[in-house]
Order: sequence, then C-alpha cells, then structure tokens
Amino acid sequence: MAPEEICKLLTTEFTDAIVKTVVEGAHPYVQVSPDRWPDVARFLCDDSRLGMNLLRSISALDLLSDDRLACVYDLMRIVVDRPDVLITETHEFAIRVETDRNEPVIPSVADVWPAADWHEREAYDLMGIRFTDHPDLRRILCPDDWEGYPLRKDYEFPLEYHGIPATTEYELPNPRH
Amino acid sequence: MTQFSVPWQPRPAHPYGMASRAVIALAQSVYGFAAPIVSRFPGAILISAVIATCVGVWMHSVLFGWVDTQLIQAAVTLPDYTPPALSLLSPSTWGLTPSVIHALRVDETVAASVAGLLDYVLWPVQFWIVRDVVGLGALFGLFNVIPVYVIWWERKVAGRIQSRLGPMRVGGWHGWAQSPADGIKLILKEDLVPAGADGPLFRLAPYLTIIPSLLAFLALPFGATYVLRELDVALVFILGVLGAEVVGVILAGWASNNKWSVYGAMREACQMISYEIPMGMALLVPVICVGTLSLSGIADVQQGGWFSWIAFSNPFCFAAFVCYFIASLASLKRAPFDLPEAESELVAGFVTEYSGFRWSLFFFAEYAAMFVICAIASIVFLGGWHSPLPASWGGGLGDGLLARGLTGLLFSGPIWLMFKSVFLLYVQLWLRWTLPRIRIDQVLYSCIQVLLPLTMVLVFGATVWTWASTGHNALWSTVEAATRIILGSIGLVFIGGFIAIAGYGFYHRRRMVGNLVQDVMPGS
Amino acid sequence: MTMADTVLESAPDLLVDTDRVEQGDLRTEEMLVNMGPQHPSTHGVLRVVLRTDGEMVLEAIPHIGYLHRCAEKIGESLAPYQYIPYTDRMDYLAGMNNNQAFAIAVERLCGLEVPARAQAIRVVFAEFNRIASHLVSLGTYGLDMGAFTPFLYCFREREMILDLFEAACGARLTYSYITVGGIHEDLPAGWVERCLEFLDYFEPKIDDYNNLLSFNHIFVKRTAGVGVVSVDEAIAYGLTGPPLRGSGIRWDLRKVLPYDGYEMYDFDVPIARSGGTDEIPHGVVVGDCWSRYYVRVLEMTQSVRIMRQALANLPDGDTEAKKIKNLKLPDDEVYVGIENPRGQLGFYVRGDGSTIPSRVKARGPSFCNLSITTPLCRNVMLADVPAIIGSIDVVMGEVDR
Repeated sequence: MAPEEICKLLTTEFTDAIVKTVVEGAHPYVQVSPDRWPDVARFLCDDSRLGMNLLRSISALDLLSDDRLACVYDLMRIVVDRPDVLITETHEFAIRVETDRNEPVIPSVADVWPAADWHEREAYDLMGIRFTDHPDLRRILCPDDWEGYPLRKDYEFPLEYHGIPATTEYELPNPRH
Repeated sequence: MTQFSVPWQPRPAHPYGMASRAVIALAQSVYGFAAPIVSRFPGAILISAVIATCVGVWMHSVLFGWVDTQLIQAAVTLPDYTPPALSLLSPSTWGLTPSVIHALRVDETVAASVAGLLDYVLWPVQFWIVRDVVGLGALFGLFNVIPVYVIWWERKVAGRIQSRLGPMRVGGWHGWAQSPADGIKLILKEDLVPAGADGPLFRLAPYLTIIPSLLAFLALPFGATYVLRELDVALVFILGVLGAEVVGVILAGWASNNKWSVYGAMREACQMISYEIPMGMALLVPVICVGTLSLSGIADVQQGGWFSWIAFSNPFCFAAFVCYFIASLASLKRAPFDLPEAESELVAGFVTEYSGFRWSLFFFAEYAAMFVICAIASIVFLGGWHSPLPASWGGGLGDGLLARGLTGLLFSGPIWLMFKSVFLLYVQLWLRWTLPRIRIDQVLYSCIQVLLPLTMVLVFGATVWTWASTGHNALWSTVEAATRIILGSIGLVFIGGFIAIAGYGFYHRRRMVGNLVQDVMPGS
Repeated sequence: MTMADTVLESAPDLLVDTDRVEQGDLRTEEMLVNMGPQHPSTHGVLRVVLRTDGEMVLEAIPHIGYLHRCAEKIGESLAPYQYIPYTDRMDYLAGMNNNQAFAIAVERLCGLEVPARAQAIRVVFAEFNRIASHLVSLGTYGLDMGAFTPFLYCFREREMILDLFEAACGARLTYSYITVGGIHEDLPAGWVERCLEFLDYFEPKIDDYNNLLSFNHIFVKRTAGVGVVSVDEAIAYGLTGPPLRGSGIRWDLRKVLPYDGYEMYDFDVPIARSGGTDEIPHGVVVGDCWSRYYVRVLEMTQSVRIMRQALANLPDGDTEAKKIKNLKLPDDEVYVGIENPRGQLGFYVRGDGSTIPSRVKARGPSFCNLSITTPLCRNVMLADVPAIIGSIDVVMGEVDR
C-alpha cells in the first residue's frame, strides 16, 4: 500500500484525529492528535488492509522553536499468513504525535505493540515525555536518580554526579566537537 | 575547578606486612639466582628432575626393601636376638642397634669407614615412624607435583584441541614451568576475605577440601609395594574420604556470602551426593567378581595380561567401567558435569570469592582427586600396575637390578599405573574441552533415572555371573574365556582406533591452520 | 539477615514473597539474584535481576544503560561524515553494517547517488562483517553452553576476516570504511583474490562448527525447546533478524526493501524448521534457542554466496560520490532500516538545512530483541537464562548506545 493510500484511509477513518499529512519527501507521515492516538494505533495494528504489526522505532524530537516535543512512530507490516514463503512485499509508514513541551504527555501504545514498552521508556528517559498508561515507566538508559532529560536541546550537562567529576576536556559545561 | 573527594581510601605506603615482604624478597632473590640457570638449560633441568624423582622414589623403596629382607630377616636368625613385643608404645619394629646392623654387614665388601657410617644411616630406617615420615614426604611431593603438571598438561591439551599452542614461554620447553610460576604468583597474591564473609569458615573451607584428597593418597597403591598403608578396605576408604570433600565446598559456598557461591555449593552437594551412589555401585561390580575390597588384592588378580583385566572379565564389569567413568566425572565436577563452577551461569560457582592461595587449594584438591579417581579406575578395571603383557613372562628374568628394572618397565611397575591413570585423565580433559555443559535437571535425570538403575542391574548381573562361575563347569569356563576374548578385542579395537587417530593427527600436525592472509596480504 | 532478605536496589517491581509455602511439604524461599553487569554470560554489561526459587527463575528483569555513551546526543553536534566513527562503536561487532546504515540514511536524506562499484564493495563488506559477527555469536553461544572450543575455532576464522578488513581499511574493529556517499578507499591490489581464497577455506569450516556444536547432543538438549518465541510474539516485541527468522518467517530487509543493490544477488533467506525434518535434530521447536542459533549458521553460507557473486561482478569506476564534505542536510527527515547481523538497524535522521543534523536516532536491533527477555525468562531454569540471552545475541554497545 502506497503512503498516499494509507494517508487517505486514515483521514477517512479518523477525520478529527489527523492534524497534518506529509506525503512528499523521504519520510511520509501523518500527524495525529495525542488524545486519539491509541485508537489510531489500534486501527493501524488490527486493520486487515494496514496490518502495521511491527513497531520499528519511536524517535522523540525536541522542536525547541515551536516549544513542542514530538514522537515519530515508524511502523511496518510483516505478512504472517503464509509462514514458509519469502516475503517481498511490505509497506512502511510513520505517525507523528506532538505534545506540549512544558507538559509533555502522550498516551502509551505499549498494549498495542509490546515493543513500544522500551522505546517509550527511552523517550521518557532522554526526552522527558510522559506516556500515560505505560506499564512500567522508568528511566532505562540513565540512572534512576538522573536529573533532566539529556536529549532536549536546552539540556545542561551536570558538572558532577555522585562525586564523579563530569566536566569536559576544556572545562566547558557542554561538549563541543 | 572544584576538588572532589575520593570515595575510596588511599593505600598505605607498604601494603604488605613484614613476613610477606621477607617472602617476596626471598622469592625475588631466588628468582634472580635461578632464572638465568633455568632459562639457559630448561630441557636439561626438566629431564634431570624427572629422572631424579624416579630414582629417588626407587631408591627409598629399594632401601626399605633391603632393610627388611637383608637385615631384619638376618637378625631373626641371630642366636641371641629376641624381637621386642610389638605395641603402640614401642616405636622400633625390630629393635636393631647399629652394632647389630654392623655385625650383620661385616661380610659385605664395602670400605670399612663408609660401612661404619652406613650403619647409622640404616639404623633409623627400621622405625615405622621414620618410614612414614619419608613416605608421607614422598606422597606430599607427589600430591603437589601431580596437580601442577596436570594443570600444565590440561592447558597444553586444551590448546592443541583448540588449534593453538597453550603455554609456550615460561621455562623454555613448551612452557613447562608455567604452572609452578602460576603457583608462586598465587601464593604471593593479596590475602582477601570479603567483608561480608564468615571469616573463620571462609578460611577453613579450602583445607576441608584439600585434606580429603590428600588422605586418599594414603591408601592408594602405586605398585605392589608402593603403598603407604595397605588397607583391607582401601576402596571404601578412598571413596569415603573423597566424598567428604563436599563438606569443604558447601562451607566455601556458604561462608562466601555470595549468592552465586551458594548456588555452586548447593549444586555441588546435590550432584556429588547423587553420583556417589552409582559410582559406588559401579565399583561394587568388580568387587563382587574378585571378592575383596583391598586395592592390592584387586590388582593381583589381573596379572595375566590384557585379557585378564577386570574390565574384560565379563560384560557387567565392562559396562560398570563406563558407568564408573561417567559417574566419576560428575562427582569430580568435571565437564560436562561442571555445574558447580559453571562459568557462564554462576560466574565461578563456589570459588567466586576466593583468590590467591586459597583459590589454588581448591584446584589442587580437584586435580589431585581427578588423579586418584583415575588411578582407582585403572587399578580396579584396567589391570592396575600390570602391563598388557602377562606378568608370568617376566619370571625368567631373574632378580638382578637390570631384571628388576625390565620387569618394572615391561610387566608390572608403578609406571604402568601412572601411564593408565594419565591416559584416563587425558580422556577427562578431552571430554572437557569438547563437550558443552548439561543442565542440572538433566544431570540428576541421568543419575537417578539412568545410571542408578543401570548399575543396580549390573550388580545383580555380576552376582549371577560370579555365582555361575564358581561351579567349575567346563562349558561355563569356555563361555567365560570367550567373553574375555570378545570384550578384550573390543578394548583392543578401541585402543587401536585411538592410536590410529592420534597417529594420523601426529602425522598431519603441520597441517594446523596458520594465518592464511597475514603472510601474503599487501598492507596487512 | 538471610540472603533472601537482601532486596536489591532499583528493582521496585520485584518483591520477594517470603510467605510462599509450596512444593510438597518443603518450604521454599524466593531469592533475588543480580546477574551482571559483570557476569561472564551477559555479553557485556547487561544486568538482569532474577527472582529465583532454587534453580527456577520466576522472573527476569533486564536493566540496561551501563554502556550509555550519548551517541544520539553527539549526533546532534557532528556532521554526518564525522559521525560515522560513532556508529562503529554502537554494534562493535558489525561496524561495517552500522556505517552502511547511517550512510544510506544520509544519502536518502540528501538524494546522493552512490557509484555502482562502491555499492558492490559495500555489499561485500556488509556480508563479510555479517559472517564475522555471526562467528562471534556462534562462539560465545558455545561459551554460554559451556563449550569452550568452538569459540576459538570461530575466532580463528574471524581473525582472518579481520586481517582482510585491516588490509582494506587499516582497522580491525571500528572500520569507518563505508562512509556517506560511498566507501573510504578502493580495495588494495590482490584483495579480491585473497578474499576468494578465504571463502574457499571458510565454507567447509561451517560443517566443522555444525559437527562440533550445532548437532552435539548435549547442546541440542540444552537449547531445543527452550525460550520458544511464537511468530506473533516475535513481531509484537519488534524482534528482527535471526530471532524473527528463528520463529519461522522468511523476512529479510535485503529482500523486502533492497538497498545497495541487494536485488541483484541471488540468495536464500534461511528460516527455522521443526525437529525431525531436513537433518534438524529431534526436539527442536520453531522459535526456540536452537533455531535462532542455527539460522545464523545458515546465514553464513548465504553471505558467502552473496560475496562470491559480488566479487565476481565487481564493476569499475568511482568509489565515492562527489561533494560529501560540507554536505547540507535538507529540512527533511528520513528513516532507513537495513539488515544488520542482529536484525533491523534503523537510523532516523532529521536535517534542518545546516550541515549538522538536528536529530539522529538509532534503532538498534539488540535493543528491541532484548526487550523480550522478561516474557521469555519466566519459569525457566537458571541455566536457561544464559541460553536465552545468548540466543538473542545482544551487543550492549548498541543496546545502550
């Protein structure tokens, strides 16, 4: 299924949920409003035409100029009807969900795709997006007592962590390359 | 820049105590003196050490034998000699004085002054306590040498199996000094007891592990006369003391205060106690056939060469040998049953928290026990210290020194026991470096559901076989002889196949894979 | 204080139930055991907290992040060609494939055309690195099962591959050979012949590994039927690569969404089969540890096939697209996934018109594959935990990034 068809299908099914559609470019996606996102996710996964059963990745974005945070969900379909046959057809698509930067909340889709569990934890850990109804929302890469969300554009690197000095080579607060 | 406090304490300037520093200085000076010599003549030193060990062992055996046969028997014939009453309190067996010894030796053709000194050298040998001290010294030396060189050999074997060389540097010839060097390193390492460990028990555990395997050597005969204590129940004694090793292991696991150690100890306990049963049952089979628990007695019935060995005497003994070998692997915690120290699961099992000297004690105990178990297998099943040739063939050689040497070399001598034990040890190493490890439930399944019923059947079958062969039935004798020949031929085929494969490997040893690319590739 | 009372920190979801009285008349106590981050069979610095009852593992919770090196944050301050060396250090056993994934992502974003010779050489090196990576996986899986020898056999062959890599790019682990727009250098003289010689030497060795490890009775007993992942479960948890194919789906991004000219090569996608057929030992279930392991063995043969084809038809020409320095990234975004030895390695790259991307996100296959640990390690034996984690074949450098 081509990206245009997926966009069309989604806009007819969820007219109120779709905020923006981008079909051109290297990465076609549909932007969905956060409150309808679980329904869209369930539809994407369960609908027989779409069947996006593989959640490939969740990329959290910091849109500092818009004062927004976003999550990009990259989805893919794996046909499992005929197990022994080489699969050569698929379709991939992306969903973008934006949220407020100061109060970032997106509903979790870990019940739709269990793979989202760790990806959402990573987004929470590094970007500070809170996923409601997540089964186990803890930091995943950083220590539990880490302060701040490192992937945000305005993140200040700490100078010390539990007595371990963390300055950079030139005593700069942020690394420069 | 702010100053950060260091969360750990700096080390004192002198981390070692006075005694440790003295030991280190001694080791360094010995090394400075010995290293140039050792590195210049490594091969000569190794070979002469081996020869000296053999000669030393042979000498003291000959000395004891000579004193017994020449002096004491002669003393009994003296008209005015009365042997003292034997009791625990009289340390001397025969109560010979140097003058009596001299009187017995006057007809010898040794220079008088040397002979006079020799009396005083020979005099203490008559005391049991002296003999025991000498014997214990020899055993303790053996107990130290065996693990050290088995470890070196294991590394060499492992290296060859894995298409590498193993230790090659220390000592020159094939890294023969690698293990002693490692031992010195381990002794000099820091003496660590974890803060949360139960100190006294933690320190006690290695000794509880090593003493049983040392005790096993007391009753282990290396030859017809090479045994410290000839016990009627030597087999039971050795199995018993080796079984006591598990106490030390459990203690080590518990006292370490480490969960992995506890896992290792519990696995060891459950595995060792389970496998002691099929192991003992498998040993009962030859015991039933021979009718004695004395290892010397068991070995004596196997003088008649290859086909008289107990493993080939009947099908039950043949199967019992295989069962015994598998069960002994498990009770020694060797691969594929090395669960108590399974690296990939339990870090290092019960030795996780041990380091340095204490750690090496566990390995001394393990390798010494391996040797003892293999020696028992050779004595009980594979003819002990008798060669595959019938010992009666050596009867015509006479009693001279050369004849004795030839008999020992060809027909029955400790060298054959060593050879067979080392071959079985090699099979253990071979299995270890070839097979993956099995899981604990599979270990217990194979013990309780396979080996235990099997050995029970074997014990029953051996009983029936022995009962049948007591009747002196001519037909049955034919069946017995035929069985021996068939089983012995199977054994010969095994050995022949092994030698053929080994020979093939040796012939093609240069075909080991080298670095195909590095030599020819431009830019590499 | 008994050991069972010791509660490990940062495991709030694991509570020891000391009142459990079960299993006949015996009172058993649960115990929390900390496996890692320094543990021989966690393949790096993975930490798994196990809730155990004797030898049974009731629950296993993986804790990751011990090797977190801020790779994504660094990506936001470097130009793409400067970021290539950082991708090497993610999956350090498959540096070439990581280079390739990031390079392709940036090329798609900027619309760069890669010369045909560079594409063919990329394929050669990606497949070569796949073999090297699978060799490590095979060997270390043998180690996890207690077989030490296959490890050294695998590393012996891997050393030769690394020699060839070194001849081509000068590095043995972190290559940075495949760069944005092509490859870094052309092949040295004589490399192709050496490589073909190695392939001739290597192909029979796969049978050696099979005889030594794959069909070893004990090994099969340890891995067959352990840690079975169904197809739906595998897809739901985002498993890709050998773990997915080990569940019996012929899914390979090289076939589904070909990149770098993979559509030109003829190769099969091996999948797992159940025991008793096609020389597969009895007891093997599709989706168990043995299947995941064996898919890797079969993939090595296919990689050799691809390499032979690529080396036979190596086109002439440039090896690098023009103008890759000071490359302006358009105000757009891209997500590209390629087939890494461990599964689907994806890079999400977002440009903002400057030379430096505003966001780089790596979707590591190990990260996603590892997330199935908890459901798999439920009510298994303690010795099965290394078997399961080893069969997933994680590289912690890429899990933590």
